[in-house]
Amino acid sequence: MTVNSVEKDLDSRTMTITAHFDAPVERVWQVWSDPRQLERWWGPPTYPASFTEHDLSPGGRAAYSMTGPEGDRHHGWWRFTAVDAPHRIELEDGFADDQGRPTDGLPSMTMLVTLTEQAGGGTTMAIRTTFPSSEAMEQMVAMGMDEGMRAAMGQIDDVLASAVTS
Amino acid sequence: MTRLTYNLVVVDQGGGSTADRVFHALADPTRREIVALGLAGEHSVSDLARRFPMSFAAVQKHVAVLERAGLVRKRRDGRQQLVCSDPDTLQEAHRLLDQLETVWRQRMDRIGDLLAEPTGGDPP
Repeated sequence: MTVNSVEKDLDSRTMTITAHFDAPVERVWQVWSDPRQLERWWGPPTYPASFTEHDLSPGGRAAYSMTGPEGDRHHGWWRFTAVDAPHRIELEDGFADDQGRPTDGLPSMTMLVTLTEQAGGGTTMAIRTTFPSSEAMEQMVAMGMDEGMRAAMGQIDDVLASAVTS
Repeated sequence: MTRLTYNLVVVDQGGGSTADRVFHALADPTRREIVALGLAGEHSVSDLARRFPMSFAAVQKHVAVLERAGLVRKRRDGRQQLVCSDPDTLQEAHRLLDQLETVWRQRMDRIGDLLAEPTGGDPP
């Protein structure tokens, strides 16, 4: 796997990341279409994700939760707005309560996934994430910290321990 | 990873103690959610207490930790205590995009590992 490019644009509130995988497009599609494979990469090892619903079709929904080291659970939902196997998925990604219902007052992001076969073999995957407004983005700063902190959590235990005891 | 941590610590370059408080305050998922909710507007402590499976007193303690870290402000309105987040203490939007980049780089790594495994776990 090689990350080819990352583009961040504050005006359009987007982040686009492109990576190349040494596998055919049908195989790469499965990491999105098979919830058991999706679970293996969506959450960091310290916050594994579990998909309880996954209907990869236009208008279909997915529901997932991530469980942290202290048993804390964080719920999310997707709504697929466009699906064109094995090349394109558009979805909305938001926060949910513990019943899987979208949380009022927290913004959702849109994601565009495109898979492209490369002439020399392999597949390019591009993910474009868009925040709906700058207010939503400000709000997401806190939730972004959340995600970032989840990822960092495993490695900062010592630092946290000293911060707590000081 | 280091950078994420750094992003939080960089809020206060002057010394360790405020940074420690910010870091500690954000290490808890409930407190992070209170900060996120507080960015959308004011919430009373009792309103927050209804949103989390915990007592009014427990939420009040979380709010106090956030207040000491400068992440939320509290004001009295009659009998209510209203809480809102202080965006000045929070990261700017581009840091969110940086964090999103880190999250996705890690996801791409995991997808790469998954794809490198022998086909799909089906025994021959």
